[in-house]
Amino acid sequence: MADTQTLVRQKTASKAEQAGLATRRAPLAGKQGGSATVILVPAEAASRISLRARAEDVGALSKGLGLALPVKPKTSATAGERTALWLGPDEWLVIDQSGADLVAVAASSGALHSATDVSHRNTAVIVSGPGAAAAINSGCPQDLALAVFPVGACSRTIFGKAEIVLWRMAEDKFRVECWRSFSEYVFGLLSEGAEDAAL
Amino acid sequence: MLLIYCPYCEEERSELEFRGAGDAHIVRPTNIADITDEEFEAFFFLRDNPKGLIFERWRHIHGCGRFFNAARDTVSDRFYKTYKAGEPKPELSAILPADSDKGASK
Repeated sequence: MADTQTLVRQKTASKAEQAGLATRRAPLAGKQGGSATVILVPAEAASRISLRARAEDVGALSKGLGLALPVKPKTSATAGERTALWLGPDEWLVIDQSGADLVAVAASSGALHSATDVSHRNTAVIVSGPGAAAAINSGCPQDLALAVFPVGACSRTIFGKAEIVLWRMAEDKFRVECWRSFSEYVFGLLSEGAEDAAL
Repeated sequence: MLLIYCPYCEEERSELEFRGAGDAHIVRPTNIADITDEEFEAFFFLRDNPKGLIFERWRHIHGCGRFFNAARDTVSDRFYKTYKAGEPKPELSAILPADSDKGASK
């Protein structure tokens, strides 16, 4: 964990950071929460891009990114440390846990696209345990039954008053991506939901 | 809670993920510089506000982000049909169910 974080920090360190004048602090650093049936853990640092592309460029981009960009609603594709989440007909959120420079990777595909680095705009909470779906449903209207929202499913949706991107990593494990300025609110509401899920 | 079928996500989602965006099928005049103030007012400001069937734009803002069109009943809030942006206005007979005299009539 520390290795990945150090790696990402080094790759994205600004000049001020390198000079020791400022240190980047993860928005949910040190947070912990959960209940008897839910575990809440701030996700490790990762690089992310908001990717937009037309249908005819998806093939080349997929080749460049090393995974097949999903084109079906609510689906994702994972290859190694990298995952692409379908957000809309021409929009994906690509997350790389190894901290790779995704903008450069996308550019190397040669296909026409728009990639915006949102590594530090977003942060994430990993929600796991038998009460994970119930905790998320305390503020999210999506049907999280396995038949409707299977493992690998993902969706941009709403959690309380905050917009999130929800991804089911395993039967009882979700990644909740949110904007960093909403992260305290999201973590707090998830903590409340976790308590309720254990009742 | 209303469930609205998003034609891009291909499933029903909670109304909390959507935002209404006014009347659908409003066509901007191609000769916008030539029309009179009255004609511009009619195009830009004046809406019918019907009781019953209305065609509206909606946006799945907290989902796929797409605008789409919907045929909705303003009395019962029932969504008769949603369809992708750019598709033609559906025929009335294709949307309205046979027992649609409740609210949908003028």
